[in-house]
Amino acid sequence: MKADLSIDFCGIKSPNPFWLASAPPTDKAYNVIRAFEAGWGGVVWKTLGEDPPAVNVSSRYSAIYGKNREVLGFNNIELITDRSLDINLREITAVKEAWPDRAIVVSLMLPCEEHYWADILPKVEATGADGIELNFGCPHGMPERGMGAAVGQVPEYVQLVTSWCKKHSRLPVIVKLTPNITDIRQPARAAKAGGADAVSLINTINSITSIDLDRMVALPTVGQASTHGGYCGTAVKPIALNMVAEIARDEQTRGLPISGIGGINNWRDAAEFIALGAGCVQVCTAAMLHGFRIVEEMKDGLARWMESKGYQTLADFSGKAVPNTTDWKYLDMNYKVIARIDQDACIGCGKCFVACEDTSHQAIAKLVDPISAARSYQVIDHECVGCNLCEITCPVQNCITMVPQQTGKPYMNWTQDPRNPRAEKVPTAA
Amino acid sequence: MLDSLNYIPQPTASNGELASHFTDLAPPLNARQAAIESARCLYCYDAPCTRICPSEIDVASFIRNIHDRNIDGAAAGILKQNIFGGSCARVCPTEILCEDACVRNHDAEGQPVKIALLQRYATDNMSFVDHPFQRAPSTGKTVAVVGAGPAGLSCAHRLAMLGNDVVVFEAQAKPGGLNEYGIAKYKLTNQFAQREVEFLLGIGGIEIRCGQKLGENLHLKDLHANYDAVFLGLGLGASRQLGLTGEDAPGLLAAVDYIAALRQASDLAALPVPRRAIVIGAGNTAIDMAVQIGRLGAEEVTLVYRRGFDAMGATHHEQDIAKANLVRMVTWAQPREVLLDGFGRVRGMRFEKTAMSDAGRLTGTGETFEIAADAVFKAIGQGLAEASLSDPLATLLKRDGDKIHVDDRFRTALPGIYAGGDCVAPGQDLTVQAVQHGKLAALAIHSDMQAKKEGV
Repeated sequence: MKADLSIDFCGIKSPNPFWLASAPPTDKAYNVIRAFEAGWGGVVWKTLGEDPPAVNVSSRYSAIYGKNREVLGFNNIELITDRSLDINLREITAVKEAWPDRAIVVSLMLPCEEHYWADILPKVEATGADGIELNFGCPHGMPERGMGAAVGQVPEYVQLVTSWCKKHSRLPVIVKLTPNITDIRQPARAAKAGGADAVSLINTINSITSIDLDRMVALPTVGQASTHGGYCGTAVKPIALNMVAEIARDEQTRGLPISGIGGINNWRDAAEFIALGAGCVQVCTAAMLHGFRIVEEMKDGLARWMESKGYQTLADFSGKAVPNTTDWKYLDMNYKVIARIDQDACIGCGKCFVACEDTSHQAIAKLVDPISAARSYQVIDHECVGCNLCEITCPVQNCITMVPQQTGKPYMNWTQDPRNPRAEKVPTAA
Repeated sequence: MLDSLNYIPQPTASNGELASHFTDLAPPLNARQAAIESARCLYCYDAPCTRICPSEIDVASFIRNIHDRNIDGAAAGILKQNIFGGSCARVCPTEILCEDACVRNHDAEGQPVKIALLQRYATDNMSFVDHPFQRAPSTGKTVAVVGAGPAGLSCAHRLAMLGNDVVVFEAQAKPGGLNEYGIAKYKLTNQFAQREVEFLLGIGGIEIRCGQKLGENLHLKDLHANYDAVFLGLGLGASRQLGLTGEDAPGLLAAVDYIAALRQASDLAALPVPRRAIVIGAGNTAIDMAVQIGRLGAEEVTLVYRRGFDAMGATHHEQDIAKANLVRMVTWAQPREVLLDGFGRVRGMRFEKTAMSDAGRLTGTGETFEIAADAVFKAIGQGLAEASLSDPLATLLKRDGDKIHVDDRFRTALPGIYAGGDCVAPGQDLTVQAVQHGKLAALAIHSDMQAKKEGV
C-alpha cells in the first residue's frame, strides 16, 4: 500500500499538502520555481496590494534561540510585496502555466472599500491562479494603515470583505486569520458567514523577541529604533494547534476547511495539524531556516507514517484528534497516572528530584547509597499526582514514564463530581 | 642544577623549534566551542561533578554562567572555591574526577562535558577590573605561611580575604611551587603559574619572601613565636631513592630536578638531552618526564614500572599521552643495578622481571634484562624533606608515616601550627587537593584566632 498525499482543498488540487505560506519565500517567480522544483505541493504567493507597492526597511528579522543556537521563534517586520502588481501578476501567470499541477493561491491585502477588490480580483483570476487568500492577519505596519490584522480583529469587516470577494470572483476564497484576538472562533464564524471556502491560520503573533541591552533597543533594529513584529516558528505551534482545534470543534464552523499554519517543521508537525482538522498545511519559517529541500523529508516521513498506520489518504486521519479535544470539565476525574523511573536508564542528574521537590509535590525521594554515596531517585507513589513534570525534565528518553493506574473507578467528569460545589448535575458524555 | 648531566650533549634543534613542542597540550576553547560545550551541561541537581571535586566547585553553576555569557560570574564562582581555578583547569586529572563523574559519561553517551576546558575558558576570559574578592576589615593578626605552592598560597589568599595579614616564606627563587617548577611545560604555558600568583596577590595583605628555607635560614620556633599562627605547606621536597649502588653516578637523577630545570630554562636548546633515556616510575611525574624528554629530542624513551598498567598512578589519559608520544612502556620489571661505563657514568640499567605471587605480593622472578641508556630519571615518588623539620620545635610535630599529622581542621599536634597540601596525610597528592587544604586550614586558623581573641 502506498499512501496518497494528494489533496483537494476547497476545490484546490495539489499533489501533496505542503504549501509555502505567503511570505518572503513566495515573493517572486524565482523562489517559487525553486520551491516547485524541490517538490512543494503549492504556494500562497506573497501578498499583493494596490500600487504603488509597499516599501520595506532594513533590517527585518530577529529570533530567539535554544541552547545550541537553534532558532525557536522567529520575528519579522516585513510588509507585503514591495514589487508592482503588474510584475507579480505576470510572474504568477507564467509560473502557473509552467507548473499546472501545483497549487498557486494568491494572497491579497487591500483597503476596506469594495471597488479595490472588484478591481483586482478579475486580474488575479486571469493569471490562472487556483484561489485567493485574504491577508487579514499581518500584525505589523499594515494595521497602521487600516489593513491586515486591523481587519482580522473586527469580525464584521472579515465578513464584509469576504463577501465582496465571493461576489467578484469565482475563485475559492481562503480567509487568513490573525491570532492577535481573544476568541479565534469569532473571525472564523464571520469568514464562514461571508461565504469563505476555507480559513487559514495562524498568521504571526505580535512580538518583540529581544532587546539589545547595550543600545537599549529591540531587535530587529532600524537605525536607533525598532517596532513590534510578527512571531512565528516552532514556538508558536502550540498556539496555532489550539486555534485550529477551536475552529474544528466549534459547532458553527465545524467542517469549514482549514489550512494549518504555525511552526510546522517536519512531517510530524504537519500530521498533528491534520489530525486536528487541517486539510493542508503552510510552512514558512522552517523553509527560511533550512531551504526548500526540507519538503523531501516531510513528504517521505508523512507517507511512511501513514502507511504504518494504514491511512491511505490524508482524509483517513484528518480531524481524528478533534473528538478527543474537549473542555476541561469533561476530563475523567478518576483517571490516574504515576511516574515510574527506569533505574537502569537513569543517569542520576537529579533534575526530576529538584523539580518535584522545589516546585511540585515532593513525590520523588533521593536515596544515597551508604557505601558509594551514589544517588538514586525513587517515586513516592502515594504522593505522585501524575503531573508529568519529572518526565518533562528528564534528559533521557523513556527513562521516566507515566504509568496509568487501575483505579477500578468509572469515568466521571467534573460536572458529575460530588466534589464540585457547582456541579451541573446533568451527566454529559464526553 | 643538572650537573649530573653536564657531559650529555645539547639538542641540535633550536630553542624556537623546541619551544614549539611545548605549546598547550589541550588548546583552549574559543567562544563558539565554549557555547556548544556549555550547552551540553544538564545543570544537574546535587551534581556528581561537584560532589567529587576536591575543591567543591559548583560546576553546573559556572557552566550555566558561561552559557549565559556571564564569564566573570562563572570565573568568580570557580575562584571563590578554588583561587587556583586557572591552573587546576589545566592540570587537574579531571578524567578521574569531575569528567569521570559527569552524567553524560554514562554508557549511552560516554562523552562527558569538557569541564576542565570550560573552567579554563572562564578563568582565561574573565575581565575583572579589580580583584574579584575584597578583604574583610583588618583583624590585626599576621600569619606565617611556609611554602608558596598551591596549599600555602591558597591558605594565604583566604586568610587575607578574611582580614588577616600574611607573610609567605618560600625556599625557591619564585613562588608557585609545583605549578612553577613541577608541572609539565605543555600543561602550563606562557608563564601561567606566575601570572596566576600575581592575580592571587592582587587581593593585598600578602607578602612573599623567597629564598627562605625552613630548617636552614628559617626556623619553626621563630615563626611560632613571632606570628599569630603558622601554616606549613611544605610539599614533598625529597625524591625517593632506588636504594642501589651507583645511585649518585652521573647520568642518574630525579625527574623532578630535570623538570624544574626545564621549566626554568630560558633556552631549551641549552638543556642536556640524552639520546636514550629510561624513566623509572609510573605516576604522572614519570609520564611528564618521559614525554618531555622525548619532545626535547631523546630518540629512545623507555618507562619502566614494576607493576602492570592498571596499578599505574598515572591515569589512562596520561598513559595515552605517553603512548601518543612514542614512549615505550615496560611493565613488571624492577631496577636491579645501575650499569656504569668506564668513566663511572650511567650506560644503562639492569632490571629484574616481577610477578604477583599467589599471596598477592610483588616478587622478582630472578630473570633479568638490560636496557641501555645515557640517562636514567627516577620518578618513584616524593617524601618530606626531613631537614626542613629538624629544629627542636619541628621535631615535636606528630607524624603519620613520613607525613605530618593533622586533625580534620588541619591543626598539627602543636597549637597554632597548621599544615596542608602534599606534606600531610589526608587526601590525594593533587594541586586541587592542596588548594582545598589551604582554604580549609585558613578558615580554621581564622576562627581559632578569633576564638582566642574573644577568649572563648
